[in-house]
Amino acid sequence: MTTPSPIPALTVTHLSRLFNVSAPWLNRVIERKPKAYLRAVDDISFAVPSGGCLSLVGESGCGKSTVARLVTGLYAPTAGQMQFAMGKNGKPLAAQMIFQDPYASLNPRWRVFDIIAEPLRELKLRDTEADITERVGELLTTVGLAPRDGRKFPHEFSGGQRQRISIARALATEPEFLVCDEPTSALDVSVQAQILNLMRRLQDEIGLTYLFISHDMSVVRHMSDQIAVMYLGRIVEQAATEVLFANPKHPYTQLLLETIPNVTAPKRDREVQSGEVPSPMKPPSGCTFHPRCPQADARCAAERPEMQAYSDGSRVACHRVAESIAALAVPQVDERRLSA
Amino acid sequence: MTQTPTLDVRALRVEFPGRHGTVTALADISLTIQPGEILGVVGESGAGKSMTGLAVQGLLEPPGHVAGGEVWLNGRRIDQLSDREMEKVRGREIGAIFQDPLTSLNPLFSVGKQLVETIRLHLPLNRAEARIRAIELLAEVGIPGPDIRVDHFPHQFSGGMRQRVVIALALAARPKLIIADEPTTALDVSIQAQITSLLRRLCKDNGTAVMLVTHDMGVIAETADRVAVMYAGRLVEIGPVADVIARPSHPYTRGLMGSIPTLGARVPRLQQIDGAMPRLDAIPQGCAFNPRCPQVMPRCRIERPHLLPSGSGHSACWLNQPAQESAA
Repeated sequence: MTTPSPIPALTVTHLSRLFNVSAPWLNRVIERKPKAYLRAVDDISFAVPSGGCLSLVGESGCGKSTVARLVTGLYAPTAGQMQFAMGKNGKPLAAQMIFQDPYASLNPRWRVFDIIAEPLRELKLRDTEADITERVGELLTTVGLAPRDGRKFPHEFSGGQRQRISIARALATEPEFLVCDEPTSALDVSVQAQILNLMRRLQDEIGLTYLFISHDMSVVRHMSDQIAVMYLGRIVEQAATEVLFANPKHPYTQLLLETIPNVTAPKRDREVQSGEVPSPMKPPSGCTFHPRCPQADARCAAERPEMQAYSDGSRVACHRVAESIAALAVPQVDERRLSA
Repeated sequence: MTQTPTLDVRALRVEFPGRHGTVTALADISLTIQPGEILGVVGESGAGKSMTGLAVQGLLEPPGHVAGGEVWLNGRRIDQLSDREMEKVRGREIGAIFQDPLTSLNPLFSVGKQLVETIRLHLPLNRAEARIRAIELLAEVGIPGPDIRVDHFPHQFSGGMRQRVVIALALAARPKLIIADEPTTALDVSIQAQITSLLRRLCKDNGTAVMLVTHDMGVIAETADRVAVMYAGRLVEIGPVADVIARPSHPYTRGLMGSIPTLGARVPRLQQIDGAMPRLDAIPQGCAFNPRCPQVMPRCRIERPHLLPSGSGHSACWLNQPAQESAA
């Protein structure tokens, strides 16, 4: 793991994205319905350490993939700013993306060579065909395939090999920032290990910075330096990986960590946590987690908690955490969690 | 363990004849599930775990067929039954839960109607009695307000609630065996935990045997009593879940366990099994795992190992053989 340098590779401030999910104009007029908006991403701020890995975790519909698309410019933000640091060549860092489904993200009619050469040709990064051939061969070798595999079509490869091809394609433009949207969730565990190891190796060799998006806490723990937990479009807790796992503060983070099936220490007789993620169309008032939160009170239902920074470097949006730490004056580390 | 097992599969073999020769999808699968026991069946995509569940239910797609072995349910042989007799077994004696709760339910009928239909097919109840039973079932699987929810349509339920409805359907006729094929894969972790503990509770309360097919070792660790690990259409290891996880005896199981990122200590590099599972039409001679095995011996390339006793379970690996000979 590289030590994160003081300047973050990407700084996101107060980023929001609304989607217009209104009924058609005529229906709105006849049924007298107002326009409807879905707040997919709601006022989030985070910084990705340069050469490090920040992970966004959360359940389906929490807005983590929308953040990935905002960062890569596939969606325009409704509000807020994103600032990339300057890269090696004096220009802002170039970002590339790896997608979840290695079956859908490669054109089945193109040979692998052409898939990887496309960004090189499109952006005129190599002048001659010979240079392109050399670069594609190099990229295939980097991701653990052979240059002669370029002649094949995507269907001749397994899921893991296809994900290697998407990584090679993403690396073609020599990006310094990679957005990985659930890169291993379509893969079997033994193949997932191969891809995660490859991604770690590339980080060490090329000094890549990752924005990693996943719902799998154990994968996230393996990959990241910083973790941001999202719930209904907002970040509820952000902390360094070890701090978050040793001492999760937000009740939602605690719920997430408790419910992950653990192979080495299975919790076979746990109590069932009730409740489900509410519809993002009608998010609850105040803290959006309050209907599921065991510690919620009237204030949580009325007032939206702001992000607060704590002495261990974590940032949490929760009234309860703020109150208990203010009461103690000195932030305490939960002994029980540390020993677990 | 002297009682009749709910499910007893003996040397099951499934073949798919094709233009380029016959593909053996399952070979030599032997396993038992006792009443009230949850057997996890784990493996990578294409290992044959879902195929095992389908073969037991007699739901193989032609030209696939059972080419050898026997399937016994509660002391009765079911693999030779006619299609019509098998239809009576499915639903009444074997309940099924599939991965995607949305496609398992008919979107055009209320869940109550679907439950009543299933209940009346299997039990001699009239419409009103069946409806009462449907509401009881919904309550049993933990759906709040079952008397109102019974008239709702599948789209009015969330993913986790829909999966509960599917479980209620599977339970409708009080089957002795439930085959759950990836029941939690389409759900978020916090919902997944609710569904697995529901399965455990129902299994314990009713003495139902469950075959839990999944690729997720974590779900197996938290739900199953015993686990069967499959690779390339064969069983490689079977044993009590805690032992298989803590002391995997087959090199494939060891590799599989090492490749799972854990929540415990952080490792710089995950252990990986190089290569990929062979295609079913190109299974190597001898042990199917031999090209990827770190402890391969000359014998592994020639002779296929059978399940041999190892620790508290069994594993199909020649590494077990010397120990066994010295013991004998």
